[in-house]
Amino acid sequence: MNKNIRQSLFFLFLLFLQVLVLNNINFLGHINPYLYIAFIFLYPLKEKRFTFLFLSFILGLCVDFFSDSGGIHAFSTIFIAYIRLFFVKVYFRKITSDYSFFNLKSEAFGAVFNYVVTLTLIHHLIYFSFINFSLQNLSIVFSNTLYASVFTLILFFLGTYIFTKNK
Amino acid sequence: MQQILFFFQKFKYFLFFLFLEFIVLSFTFNNLNFHKSKFVNSANSITGAVYTILANSSEYLELKKLNEQLSKENTRLKNLFAHNKLISTEDSIVIDTTKYYQKYTYTQAKIIKNSYSKPFNFLTINGGRNQGIDKEMAVVNSKGIIGITDQTQNLYTRVQSILNKNSRINARLKNSNYFGTLNWNGKDYRTVQLSDLPRQAPLKIGDTIETDGKSTIFPEGILIGTISKVNTGNTIDNKVDIKLFNDMSNLRYIYVIKNLHKEEIQSLENTFNE
Repeated sequence: MNKNIRQSLFFLFLLFLQVLVLNNINFLGHINPYLYIAFIFLYPLKEKRFTFLFLSFILGLCVDFFSDSGGIHAFSTIFIAYIRLFFVKVYFRKITSDYSFFNLKSEAFGAVFNYVVTLTLIHHLIYFSFINFSLQNLSIVFSNTLYASVFTLILFFLGTYIFTKNK
Repeated sequence: MQQILFFFQKFKYFLFFLFLEFIVLSFTFNNLNFHKSKFVNSANSITGAVYTILANSSEYLELKKLNEQLSKENTRLKNLFAHNKLISTEDSIVIDTTKYYQKYTYTQAKIIKNSYSKPFNFLTINGGRNQGIDKEMAVVNSKGIIGITDQTQNLYTRVQSILNKNSRINARLKNSNYFGTLNWNGKDYRTVQLSDLPRQAPLKIGDTIETDGKSTIFPEGILIGTISKVNTGNTIDNKVDIKLFNDMSNLRYIYVIKNLHKEEIQSLENTFNE
């Protein structure tokens, strides 16, 4: 129960951090980090994935409500939530029985870095492609993906560094 | 039957994933159509309330600038008023107030959520149906146009900004009455594009662009910006770049303009088309 409350508080914290602070940064005019996807990285692995997929759907949709983007955030968030398991298998070499013991903090930094970078890049690429919604200006899509990913990753690793040192 | 059940059992997560993605995609496509998004927009009461709190607190930081803007606008309006008074005292002009029909009403509102960095930008304002705001009304401030209202709820309204790739607004040159369509290519939030101008229209850098009275949404003569770049080549749509008077990244108080003759004009135009 305690775990559930902590998860939901983390959910709300990330949502409000995203819509009230991070969406208004507009670094160099248009670059914003999308840190709410940290929820996808840090949600515990479970064999049954319905709750996880549904929660990522709700999280994405809430961000969409605030930023008037239809369902673009939700689309990209559900996508990385679904393919997360594949990358866990590739980078951490886990099998089904390892899921309950899996914790991102106890893994090697290199593997965690690869895992987070891949998912962030996929999320941002889908998000900016849909935001652009045409086959023109593809260079803008790629440059936006790159800049926003770097921004998100810096914030994510900084955040995890700070919060693990405190314990 | 067994096979079908086995199939569902095996691919249940993938099917659930596809189901969610399908729902979300339908929201996305609806959102890109003008005033078709029934569900996902920031004009509902929860997001509106959150943005109101945010706007109220951040407003204090810009009070000085807002006051200055208000005082400038007052000065301009007072000058206009004094000018009109002078004309009306001449004896040859008879003003018959019984023949005067008001065409527009203005409602004041505040922007509680602004966005300008995406290709499809929307604003949220803190006035809705209770304040008499409906969809397809003009949104302007003292410096120029801002957008058109899109989704209305009871307390909040979503506005399609002129910085939206779907935005099409009728605009003209101030010194000659050649008109074209104002749209945005999604790149720079300081410049918009005016296309479909006739080839013989005289274009000079620095010319003022204003709204044309031909649409039922915007009144005539609301300022938009100045021409910043003219294409000399033979392009099909004869596009010119326009630098906006408004700084779209820094907006607060706005007016929503209601056209009282809108229904009549539209009913006339519809019968003409048949």
